[in-house]
Amino acid sequence: MTTILDPTSGRKVVERERLARPASLVGLTVGLLDISKPRGDVFLDRIEQRLTGIGANVKRYIKPTFAKLAPVDLRHQIATECQVVIEALAD
Amino acid sequence: MTASTAPLLPDGIVVVVKRECETCQMVVPVLRELSEAIELHVYTQDDPDFPDAPAAVSDSDLAVSWFHNIETVPTVIRVANGVETNRTAGWMRSAWEELTGVEDLGADLPPMRPGCGSMSVDPDLVDGLRVRFGGSTLSSRRIEVAAAEDEFEMMFARGWTDGLPVVPPTDARVMAMLEGTGRAPSDIVTVVPPNLDEITVEKVAIAAVMAGCKPEYLPWVLTAVEAACNDEFNMHGVLATTMPVSPVIVCSGPGTRAIGMNSGGNALGQGNRANLTIGRALQLVVRNFGGGRPGEVDRATHGHPGKVSFCFAEADDTSPYGSLAVEHGIEPEVDALTVFAGEGPQGFVDQLSREPESLASSMAARLQAIQHPKLVMMFDAIVVMGPEHARVFAAAGWDRNRILTEVNSHLNRPGTDLVRGAHGITEGVPEAFGEAESLPKFRPGGLMLAYAGGGAGLFSQIIAGWVNGDKGSKPVTRAVQY
Repeated sequence: MTTILDPTSGRKVVERERLARPASLVGLTVGLLDISKPRGDVFLDRIEQRLTGIGANVKRYIKPTFAKLAPVDLRHQIATECQVVIEALAD
Repeated sequence: MTASTAPLLPDGIVVVVKRECETCQMVVPVLRELSEAIELHVYTQDDPDFPDAPAAVSDSDLAVSWFHNIETVPTVIRVANGVETNRTAGWMRSAWEELTGVEDLGADLPPMRPGCGSMSVDPDLVDGLRVRFGGSTLSSRRIEVAAAEDEFEMMFARGWTDGLPVVPPTDARVMAMLEGTGRAPSDIVTVVPPNLDEITVEKVAIAAVMAGCKPEYLPWVLTAVEAACNDEFNMHGVLATTMPVSPVIVCSGPGTRAIGMNSGGNALGQGNRANLTIGRALQLVVRNFGGGRPGEVDRATHGHPGKVSFCFAEADDTSPYGSLAVEHGIEPEVDALTVFAGEGPQGFVDQLSREPESLASSMAARLQAIQHPKLVMMFDAIVVMGPEHARVFAAAGWDRNRILTEVNSHLNRPGTDLVRGAHGITEGVPEAFGEAESLPKFRPGGLMLAYAGGGAGLFSQIIAGWVNGDKGSKPVTRAVQY
């Protein structure tokens, strides 16, 4: 019998429950995150029009660069200011 | 019986021998003389009946030899109050006499004769002994492979491979690998994305075993992991991007030759163990320890074959313009490596330019096209120049700076040429740059030179980069830490 060493970090992945999908967006604040890819703004401008048209509040956010994780402060700001978030990957 | 701590040696004179050694056989009469004169204890490694007189204690599990660092037989040790005070190896009459205090030993023997290798340092045995007597130093979880299970298939099934078989990381192999560095197995090397756990030297050694490395490659693997896993290089972004990039490792220094890396013909290709396995070990660290796998955090649209491994050595000992590491501030003759977020190599053919001006202009025309001819300053590149191209510049007395300056001088375009829509092509630089008089292809320092390749062929290879600078990845150069 061969015994080998575990090459992984041994991390146990924490499963997080998703929040329940809201029945309506009316009156909720929706964050729109532009990751700074070309034409992401075009997509989000249209989404903003549609959302405000149905009575949602919209807040816009931009990642400094698409090539790195969103900074902790930005993620915290979105989490505290919004009930829903939409991210434009634009690829 | 297995000893886990050093067996105590009895007071007096201890001699370790084996029958297979002719010098040991030769000194048996001396051992008899000593046993009549002093307190003598003989330990024998192979045959418990050797010598027949004086009687020997068997060291068949090699515990005494291992823990007391016997490298040669015979070895004579003086022990007082359980502590070694002196030793000599092989047969040398004067040394034996001085150590034992007994005169006129082995009158019929030559004055000296070298000994033989101890079984405890036999390359076929040493890995097993290291596990048996020192195995407690490793802390990774042990996974038992059932007798009926094929360990190679088991590792495929667990998702631990890059699509090619990996070497099973047994205790013996990992401990042998750790002999390649002076660092402790528990030392933290860095934090590996995307899961961002701290990786130890031991876990890097496991990846190195799986990749097929030899122990002497481990310092290079450790340095590559440190160089790639930080904010500057941005391994997370390099992994997660849809673009076909991965860490390219460019090595230089005398250590590359000591471990047999290839900087000559086919340096960027197959067939060299050190080149291939050092690059592969870094990728396996990111895959298995970091949790970065294709289709998961790795979102590459196409990828490229170098994502299995892309590592080569520069011929810095014969380079007419030094090494990339020296360009980045490392002293010459220091072992070092640079990690660069790069694509697969793309060819540059110019078989006619014999004047440096022509070759520089020709190379620039080729470089303008990397990623897209109308996208500028976003991507760095390394030109891996072959000896025949480099000779054209060297013969004209052009050094590294001159080559880069001349090539870059041909890489400026007016904004009107590059702006979105120009030449009927939608891709290009944003409209704000349309009025610029001149836009360079490369940011300052963005075009780099390396030197490698075979002696024949008027070719160079271009390794195009990913999004550069603070927004993406910067090349990172580190001296190798042994």
